[in-house]
Amino acid sequence: MLANRRQARASVTFQAVPPAPNQASVTERWNGASVAGDDSAIVVSPSREPSRAYLTLVRRALVRALAALAFLGLWHLASTHKFKFIVSFSFVPTPADVLAAGLEFVRSSKTPQHVLSSLRRVLTGFALAAAMAIPLGLVIGRSRLLADIVMTPLEIIRPIPGVAWIPLAILMFPTPEQSMIFICLVGALFPILLSTIHGVENLDRRLIYAAQTLGARQWHIFTEVILPGALPSIVTGLTIGMGISWFLVVTAEMISGRFGVGYFTWESYTLQNYADIVVGMLAIGILGMGSSFVVRLLGRVLMPWHRHLVHAR
Amino acid sequence: MNQGTIDLKDVSLVFGTGAQSVVALESLSLHVNAGEFLAILGPSGCGKSSLISTIAGFQAPRAGTLLVDGTVVDRPGSDRGVVFQQPTLFPWKSVRDNVDFGLRMRKVAWSKRQAILDEILGKVGLSEFVHHYPTQLSGGMQQRVGLARVLVNQPSVMLMDEPFGSLDAQTRLKMQELLLDVWSEFKMTILFVTHDIDEAVFLGSRIAVLTRRPGRLKSILDVELPRPRSEDVLVSPEFMRLKRNCMALLREETVGHA
Repeated sequence: MLANRRQARASVTFQAVPPAPNQASVTERWNGASVAGDDSAIVVSPSREPSRAYLTLVRRALVRALAALAFLGLWHLASTHKFKFIVSFSFVPTPADVLAAGLEFVRSSKTPQHVLSSLRRVLTGFALAAAMAIPLGLVIGRSRLLADIVMTPLEIIRPIPGVAWIPLAILMFPTPEQSMIFICLVGALFPILLSTIHGVENLDRRLIYAAQTLGARQWHIFTEVILPGALPSIVTGLTIGMGISWFLVVTAEMISGRFGVGYFTWESYTLQNYADIVVGMLAIGILGMGSSFVVRLLGRVLMPWHRHLVHAR
Repeated sequence: MNQGTIDLKDVSLVFGTGAQSVVALESLSLHVNAGEFLAILGPSGCGKSSLISTIAGFQAPRAGTLLVDGTVVDRPGSDRGVVFQQPTLFPWKSVRDNVDFGLRMRKVAWSKRQAILDEILGKVGLSEFVHHYPTQLSGGMQQRVGLARVLVNQPSVMLMDEPFGSLDAQTRLKMQELLLDVWSEFKMTILFVTHDIDEAVFLGSRIAVLTRRPGRLKSILDVELPRPRSEDVLVSPEFMRLKRNCMALLREETVGHA
């Protein structure tokens, strides 16, 4: 249990680091813990000596803790000595200031409203995007005609970054709330749509043949073969889409929000509460990271078989 | 049971169009009796697999007629089970759910399904692995699932495309014996594509030898080895004679094309 929790935490810390190899190995180990209880005698799993694995974990945790401390130390020195060379640290608060402001932020009665506003915008836009993009992608992946009809206009819109939609969205929607949700939707839509199409197109055709010879008709081929077959790719798209939604909500809030963590960050700048700027940034990071983690967790719950696929290859 | 007759008359199968088209089968005529075990032997790339795809209904023939039990084949169906070269199991379904799939598609009642599943999974030796995912199984085990998945539908025709080609010799022999057991019990028609002469002689009641591409019927041999067959058959004089025949026929097709 203890090991389980440590690994879970390790994988959380890793979310922020993009490079794949480390992350993959951590993910695998995490999965290994969660799917344990499967009495598979012939599973080929790398078995390491537990004590050595434990030592390696401790050593890595130590190195990481030291690295984090060094980062905080350098930051502290730079802001107390008003470091100035190209970048200026004159207005950058010290880690201690940020910590104090952070505690204040956590205690403040306004905080839940900021956090919930941003969360609601992101999740609504994201959910709408997923609800549109996944079925659409599944169908487009199966029909060339539909792909030509739907993808042509979408291909024209796709290169436009989500941020560029902000002015028009404000003009198009009656409330700023709706325009911000729309922007989150636009940002999440394309990664989810394209990953879904990709997942369907890359599905082994023989699986569909197999289903047909077993008596499956169109509907069951869709729900039991194409959908689960494309699911790994869909989850990847959802993870990317979630990241983009957060990126966009923060930008949109800075321009037209009343509440929200992006608004809080920008407001702190205009009110010259410099420590709060960093607190806002951290809040955005934590919320974004948490959302991606939830999506990934959802993926693992939906795809218990996927771990074994990774092992086999 | 009188189902499972296959009739091919002048069947041609062409892939692609224009200059890049490949003729896989040309004017192939073949009659397969109900309940027969027909091994199909041919040099690699001769269109053996294409023949299976056509009868399965994955590919429509360019010309000719293809009848199974007197009905024109125009789509895949559960009356013609296919065991693929690669097991082609649903990776997201457990062994039991993979095998259950056909039953569910045919809307068999739940209680009845459980009885059938227990029986079939036991027969192919998978009772202890029902909750495993396919990727947790060895190649031989996966192919057992592939076989069980087809058997639950009790197809009148079972189409097998080099199903044991990627297994090691020991496992392959076990699977061949299992297949013969299953066949003697279910009495379906089996078309078994292979490039392995021993396998064709060991399993088949007849052997259809195809020419190199475009695939045509070169000759048909009767295999009059007594059944049930076991390993001992592999060293009998009749086995050797048939094997030599097949080798000679195949060599004619591969000379200068190896």
